Amino acid sequence: MTLLRNILIRLLTTAVTLLGVAVIVFVVIRVVPGNPIAMMLPPGATEDDIARLQAQYGFDKSIFEQFVIWLKGVMQGDFGTSISTRQPVRQLVLSRLPATLELSIVALSIAVLLGGALALLGTRFRDTKGEGAVDVTAGMALSIPDFLWGLVLILLFGVLWPVFHISGRISPALNIDFSSNFYLFEALVRLRFDVVADLIGHMFMPALALAIPLAAIIAQLLKQSLKETMHLDYVTLARTKGYGENHVITREALPNAILPTLTLVGVQFTFLIGGTVIIERLFSYEGLGNMAIDAVINRDLPLIQGIVILFALIFTIVNLVVDMLYVMLNPRLRHA
Amino acid sequence: MKLSRRSLLRTTAAAAAFATVGLPSFAQEIDELVIAYNVNLPSWDPTVGLSAVNPTIQGFYQSVFDLFIPQNTDLSFGSGIITDYGWNEDNTQVWMDVREGVTWHNGDPLTAEDVAWSLTRAGNPETGSPIQFVWGKVENVMADGNRVTADVNEYDPTFFKWMSFLTGYVMPKKYYEEVGADGFEAAPIGTGPYMVEKFERNAFVRLKANENYWGGAPEFKTVTIKFVTDAASRVAEVESGNSHVTLEIPYEEFDRLKEKDGMAGIAEPVSDIGMIFLNDIEVMTDPNVRKAAAHAIDKSLIIDRLLSGYGVPIDTLQTPDYAAYDETIKVAYDPELSKKLLAESGYGPDNPVKFKIQTTKGFKPKDYEMVQAIVGLWRRVGIEAEIEVYEIAKHFELRAADQLAPAAFYNWGNSVGDPTTSTGFAMFGPSPHSVWDGKETFDAILPLWGEADEAKRIEGWKAVDRLVAENAEVIPLLQYVQPIVHAAGVKVVPHRSGALLPHLMTRA
Repeated sequence: MTLLRNILIRLLTTAVTLLGVAVIVFVVIRVVPGNPIAMMLPPGATEDDIARLQAQYGFDKSIFEQFVIWLKGVMQGDFGTSISTRQPVRQLVLSRLPATLELSIVALSIAVLLGGALALLGTRFRDTKGEGAVDVTAGMALSIPDFLWGLVLILLFGVLWPVFHISGRISPALNIDFSSNFYLFEALVRLRFDVVADLIGHMFMPALALAIPLAAIIAQLLKQSLKETMHLDYVTLARTKGYGENHVITREALPNAILPTLTLVGVQFTFLIGGTVIIERLFSYEGLGNMAIDAVINRDLPLIQGIVILFALIFTIVNLVVDMLYVMLNPRLRHA
Repeated sequence: MKLSRRSLLRTTAAAAAFATVGLPSFAQEIDELVIAYNVNLPSWDPTVGLSAVNPTIQGFYQSVFDLFIPQNTDLSFGSGIITDYGWNEDNTQVWMDVREGVTWHNGDPLTAEDVAWSLTRAGNPETGSPIQFVWGKVENVMADGNRVTADVNEYDPTFFKWMSFLTGYVMPKKYYEEVGADGFEAAPIGTGPYMVEKFERNAFVRLKANENYWGGAPEFKTVTIKFVTDAASRVAEVESGNSHVTLEIPYEEFDRLKEKDGMAGIAEPVSDIGMIFLNDIEVMTDPNVRKAAAHAIDKSLIIDRLLSGYGVPIDTLQTPDYAAYDETIKVAYDPELSKKLLAESGYGPDNPVKFKIQTTKGFKPKDYEMVQAIVGLWRRVGIEAEIEVYEIAKHFELRAADQLAPAAFYNWGNSVGDPTTSTGFAMFGPSPHSVWDGKETFDAILPLWGEADEAKRIEGWKAVDRLVAENAEVIPLLQYVQPIVHAAGVKVVPHRSGALLPHLMTRA
């Protein structure tokens, strides 16, 4: 019952957080200078034209009135209509979300694999030059931001050795008739390996650019945990039983050492999704981040609101899940 | 699994082969033309909403839709859906002859009824056309045979020029009424040289040649236009061969890429100009300050040093392609004159005149750097300007509210080349696009809006430009040059409007 109560409290907190985010976003993007109506004015527009457009988009009302109208719509699932595309915001946002989620999940997978491998290597060669090399590699990976990694990857695998696609999510010539926008997931389910190869060919560089800094964080934390675990009695016991070092690290030490890293991965995942904004732009990847930048450039207020609310929703859900997992994995916290 | 050197090499090779699957073929013969474009296409309706007045995406629209009256590559007006047009004797009615034998992409014939409906729709405020203020000047639009007539409720000498400009597209009456706005957005049809085959928002549009195009079918049967908004990515796209054509890349990259084997480049002036708005507030009410600021700018130096020579210096808001261009109006670079003018108002290097200049940063090539250079040149003569960087959205808002700083850098597009859409709206106080409120200029411009004698009208605008230049009411800087890089196997024909048009591209 306590666990259920905790979940209910967290859900309530999430709802309040989202409302707070909505208020802040709504007020801030209207206070920040830059009026979408002014951007729509052609040469020769008159004051009447301005007034007509203001009324058409509801900008002639007070911020409070606008917020109430918007919130009523949101409660009914209507996030308004995009100014630049004249499409429903909900439809636009939901159509792009799968691309960003797939990219983030692939990036996270790469980060876990790379970071895990680095940590294991560092532990295996601990207290030698090998560990120093791992530390230097991780430090470099972390100190260079993801968009710069993106440019390096474009140069390496897009221009000098052009094996991956530089832009987009899927080749225009490829005909697919999928029922969802989760292309990678659906292609795998339908065993369309031509589509899978094409998607990976597009996704590899942006996902790797996102993954490298995260991999470095994972490597550093996991290596530290592993090093501490390697001194524990049960690990020493395993050694005395005659197990090899590789077995000791991966089978004995890793299962215990990995717990703090799993928590970190959950928290970092939210940052990784935030990072897609710049990376998607760089690789012209048709996800939510790319759409967010266009929305900001066009001062497309309804679309900006929709995207920010969705990002906030994702962040709070991921944090909620991480918290719940933490509670479930750590029995002492269940009754706290 | 042990990772040996051999297994590592094998794995790497397999990964490379796997990743290569699906890459386009870059054979000598280009079957499918791929263009890396610098902007997204938000909406397919070229007549309403924010997209309709976005000059940078008109190239997409002109691939699929026909303008009422097309423009040739030198900005002169051609013969299109409307083959002939004119006014009646007392300018109370317009008439237009509609081309026969044109079909929509769904096979329906285009009729004069389509043209009449398109004009009526554009003039109706409820449809949301941002150019309603032009189209609303005609009413009772009627089709009779292949001729369309309309009554004029307010004479506008530029009415037909607008038919080559923003929102001036012919839309399919029958189809639009059948499918509605959403249906049209999902499956747009026009009468243009290309048909929309596939559209992925924020990603690409795939076009198929319209074999029945009245102007002749385009050479490339399939064209993919990718939306690659990052300049570095566009460079990589074309350098790697993933795309055959791209545009709007840094001039340094343009110079490098066009020299590479298998690549070529074109850099031609377009109708966009760079300028500095002067707001007649604070120190800018002093003519000496304005004139000193204008004469202290070495435009050729800025173009050579910052834009690698890609730009054309201008002294009025007209480029050499515009209808009212007057090469005799000159504002010379003369820093000594600037010092003298400032001294007359009590300013000098030891007692500089101070004001703020606003600019975008990265919106146009080297915009911020140009303003930095100008501020440096001004400092030499006794002008101390403080730079404020803002977003383009803020510029629009401040300009509409007449709240720009005393000086503000901006770029202005005018692809129809008429003086009303350059000097007219930029310098006519009541326009939301102008921050100049001087009465002398207002009085000079006012009678020109309705001037029916074309030669007199153009001469009138030249006189306004001379007045504006002599009083230094604005500082025109340069006409922009658009860099286009392409595979050597493609012949690209640039358009002065800046629209990159695939139907003008052929195999080299």
